[in-house]
Amino acid sequence: MEADITLRVDGEDRKVTVDTRTTLLDALRDRLGVTAPKKGCDHGQCGSCTVLVDGRRVVSCLSLAVARDGAEVTTAAGLADADGPHPVQRAFVANDALQCGFCTPGQVCSAVGVLAEVKAGWPSAVTEGDAAPELTDAEVRERMSGNLCRCGAYPGIVAAIREVGA
Amino acid sequence: MTDQLTPNAIGRDVARADGPLKVLGAAPYAYDQPLTDPLYLCTVDATVVRGRVAGVDASAALAMDGVELVLTHENAPELSTEDGELRVLQSPEVHFRGQVVAAVVATTTEVAAAAAGAVVVTYDTEPFAVTAGSDPAGLHAPEKVNAGYPTDTDDGDLDAAVAAAAFTVDEEYTTARTHNNPLEPHTTVATWTGGDLHVFEASQSVFGARRVLAGVFGLDPERVRVTCPYVGGGFGSKGSPHAGAVVTVMAARMLPGRSVKFALTRRQMFRLVGYRPRMTQRVRLAAAPDGTLTGVGVDVVQESARIKEYAEQTAVAARMMYAAPNRRTSHRLALLDIPVPTWMRAPGEAPGMFALETAIDELAARVGIDPIALRVRNEPERDPATGKPFSSRHLVDCLHEGADRFGWYDRDPRPRSRRVNGWLVGYGVAASTYPAYRMPANSAVVRYTADDRYRVEIGASDLGTGAWTALAQIAADALGVPQDSIDLAIGDTRLPRATVAGGSSGTASWGTAIVEAARAFRDKFGRTPEPDDEVFADAPENTAAKDFALHGYGAQFAEVRVHEDTGEIRVPRLYGMFDAGRVINPRTARSQLVGGMTMGLSMALHEDSVMDTALGHTANPDLGEYHIAANADVHEIRADWLGIPDERLNPMGSKGIGEIGITGTAAAIANAAHHATGVRVRELPITLDKFLR
Amino acid sequence: MKPFAYRRATDARSAVATVAADPDAAFLAGGTNLVDHLKLGVACPSLLVDVSDLAADLVEHLPDGGLRIGAGTRNSDLAAHPVVRAHYPLLSEALLSGASGQLRNAATTAGNLLQRTRCGYFRDATAPCNKREPGSGCPAVAGHNRHHAILGASPDCVATHPSDLAAAMVALDATAVVLGPDGERRVPIGGLYRLPGDDPTRDTVLAHGELITAVELPAPFGGRARYRKVRDRASFAFALVSVAAAVRMHDGVVEDLRLVFGGLAHRPWRAAHAEDALRGSAPTEVALRAAADAELLDARTLSGNGFKVPLARNTLVSVLRELTDGAAEPEDDA
Repeated sequence: MEADITLRVDGEDRKVTVDTRTTLLDALRDRLGVTAPKKGCDHGQCGSCTVLVDGRRVVSCLSLAVARDGAEVTTAAGLADADGPHPVQRAFVANDALQCGFCTPGQVCSAVGVLAEVKAGWPSAVTEGDAAPELTDAEVRERMSGNLCRCGAYPGIVAAIREVGA
Repeated sequence: MTDQLTPNAIGRDVARADGPLKVLGAAPYAYDQPLTDPLYLCTVDATVVRGRVAGVDASAALAMDGVELVLTHENAPELSTEDGELRVLQSPEVHFRGQVVAAVVATTTEVAAAAAGAVVVTYDTEPFAVTAGSDPAGLHAPEKVNAGYPTDTDDGDLDAAVAAAAFTVDEEYTTARTHNNPLEPHTTVATWTGGDLHVFEASQSVFGARRVLAGVFGLDPERVRVTCPYVGGGFGSKGSPHAGAVVTVMAARMLPGRSVKFALTRRQMFRLVGYRPRMTQRVRLAAAPDGTLTGVGVDVVQESARIKEYAEQTAVAARMMYAAPNRRTSHRLALLDIPVPTWMRAPGEAPGMFALETAIDELAARVGIDPIALRVRNEPERDPATGKPFSSRHLVDCLHEGADRFGWYDRDPRPRSRRVNGWLVGYGVAASTYPAYRMPANSAVVRYTADDRYRVEIGASDLGTGAWTALAQIAADALGVPQDSIDLAIGDTRLPRATVAGGSSGTASWGTAIVEAARAFRDKFGRTPEPDDEVFADAPENTAAKDFALHGYGAQFAEVRVHEDTGEIRVPRLYGMFDAGRVINPRTARSQLVGGMTMGLSMALHEDSVMDTALGHTANPDLGEYHIAANADVHEIRADWLGIPDERLNPMGSKGIGEIGITGTAAAIANAAHHATGVRVRELPITLDKFLR
Repeated sequence: MKPFAYRRATDARSAVATVAADPDAAFLAGGTNLVDHLKLGVACPSLLVDVSDLAADLVEHLPDGGLRIGAGTRNSDLAAHPVVRAHYPLLSEALLSGASGQLRNAATTAGNLLQRTRCGYFRDATAPCNKREPGSGCPAVAGHNRHHAILGASPDCVATHPSDLAAAMVALDATAVVLGPDGERRVPIGGLYRLPGDDPTRDTVLAHGELITAVELPAPFGGRARYRKVRDRASFAFALVSVAAAVRMHDGVVEDLRLVFGGLAHRPWRAAHAEDALRGSAPTEVALRAAADAELLDARTLSGNGFKVPLARNTLVSVLRELTDGAAEPEDDA
């Protein structure tokens, strides 16, 4: 069954007809040609498809597009602004926080989400007590564990995120 | 000796050239290529292990709006291959659970998936064997093992050495079935136009993919173009096309002019693209009272597929690592009704060095000397396997230098001697090694375009290794220009031929061709060429391989913590010191080595593909249940190198670094876990249950 | 995935009426469990009723000192809620130990509680499974059962419930507010889940069409609490064993406590025997071990999960040691 929806993708309103079965990820990639988010597992287990929906990081593979009608979606392609790439993206390059690059768009979206979550005072599993979290290595590792990287760029990813959050 | 480049760009710590594109998500991987009205393929996979397809009812699928084609063994084009893995849909036979038995092509992924689910396949089944030991046919000795090594070796008299030894080790080590699982699933996008085939293939070798696909479809390779500028990891599984590529090309052939896209599901990644087989190694060591090895024996039994033999060269590292006059090795296969295994990062050395280096640690404990001292004591003068001199071998330096930097000698060697906040803490060490290969059949073109810019072309692949960066650095030095004067082109069969990004041979193989072309270019055109001046050159023969044993080395150190109550195991520190020749780009090289060590950690602690013997397939085929190391599992991992060029190998003096990082890691961690707890784990992965009492 | 219709609900009563009237309809909220199951062919509804817009994401104080949590409250919001962090840290710890940041941003409170039990064979539509296809058999009993149940299982099903939140909610004595076609009812979370018995198809006591609209917590239990999750990865993995524990001490004696195991059974496992053994006792190492052993006396292990018995015992002892001020803490020697 088909549905007409509108998504605001990387700052641009996009009308698209989807199947009710179409995930947000497939709507972006196959129907809108927005291929920055990647399909690594299609079951929420790798994080390669992470995008920001209304400012929050989510896996776009476990979200039905029809249920996101009207949402604002930011992919790695949309993180850049007139000044160039997002500081997280620049820090990823500087810290060689990637190799094959396939998980990277999801990693950077997730990292932007993490920085906002830490700024908002959200705790993680490694936050001690009810204090405001600090952006330690342990915090970054825990918070970024939903984004698998098979090339093993984790140390660079942690360094990049700490650099931006410092 | 080869004529060495004067290092200027090479050795420089420059950022990954493709980084800016990748962080934006703008690097076009195989599935991301813009196409007009593509079609989507979804396969139907066997739900029985062994037998025959008795019938296929595709009527419901064909009735769905948007379904363009249902492909079965009854209507599939005939293929010209005898390769049991690639003979897709050529007969009703089913050889393993999950084999492709039909495929649907439709206008959307949703329709393709639903239609594939609506294809009704019935089977006649036969008894099957999916684990070693359950196969009545017994074990099989392959003609040779992967990379062309002999199956068995026998020097001296191992049994006599063991009988006469002051100290012995005789243990079995088991490594799990593990899956490459690059984050990018294997992907094929195929379009036939007239008699020409264009394929975007997630591949570590566009020329290898072309050769295989041309062969399978009986085509002149010149009519096949394979393009793949960016690869989302592969670690061996993308070294050669698999069934998914064949079925996609087949479907596209039946839908001429249309592009057919297929990306495997993650579940299919556990059965259709190869994996490292489960294996058991019996390791025997014999030593004199001072720890001098008198005998080394490794007997490997591994699982392989009945339809296509793959024999991992697991015992090969033990043939050359340590001096011992009596050495015997063997490889045997259990040929089973299971998916076809293939290369996974450091085939042979990764499992082989787990067993050997754990056994060496066990021997050190029995002899009562430091495991580093034991290794140093058994350092060979010449390669024990071939009798050739080593082109260079700095293992002892790696051990000593690494030990100092890690703080190895801080440890109390007694097991279970250190406890911090309820965690038992231990240190472990292991050696690493990997051959320094350079492949024949590489060529490059250097062309002067204009304005001090040079275009350098070679059909190489970058699966995350840093080839985009390192090859530009090599070209710059070979031409004597800055790196930013180089426009590199890779990843297309329209470029000069190149070998696989595999065997840690890419940089050496492609770099040598580029240097040859650049030097020929300067010889012909000098320093002031005209636009479009161009030279094509083949890489010269690898003469060093005839006279020398060519290998890289390393020493890895692990700090491990095991929770006293729960057995949870963590690796707060991994340190690797490598003998990797000259390093072309420290930044991308460090990432490669750390990445290899990370995969080694993952192999040590997490990865375990469990065969369900009743159902005959992997019981945990997704990333939620087949764990690979997540960010929180990886703490401090560092890699350094000695930085001693090996001038015999290639004009860069480099050794390959893509695979050595995974070798020895699991042993270092297992040895550290033993030091922490007193529990010797000989079966990977090292999970918490192994420490529980 | 078979085609389905999608409707966005604007009020809870009509959503419930719609789903209750259609045996092939299902509620959709965060989607992290359901969409996964749609793709796997484990769930095949013909109609999805999206309850995301029901404005059920309020966290409010109750007059009795408790807390009412709207069913649609996202896991990450609930975990970060200042009142939850201050007064129900067990809940926050449990939520944060589950899934990943991205999933917690989408998953809702009720959706988390109502996620299906976890078993690889249930998720594999090509395998037999009594939960998915009644009567087809349970391959886990003789197959890959590392993650499976050691308590309360049946020959028909040995799956475990994966929700960390549920274990914490049981320990907190929470109650689900459930709207059905015939009105509202209250179901203690401790009684929400079923053991598989001879009908593993149902994970909970809820009838088709019933919708959890809120979860209510009583006033804080007091004392100290801890959610400890043991798993095969350091993060982003399901529990092998988890312990939700809350302990109130008085004069060196356990005044009251709540102990719940996750990862051991088809439902969160209230360790009532262990609680009874310790209530009113001094928490010595011997007493803690005896309490854990009492709870695990009826454990029945399978080929691959025997380690869960010592793991559950040791984890429970470890947590209780910590919460009772380290009565028998082993000493560091380095």
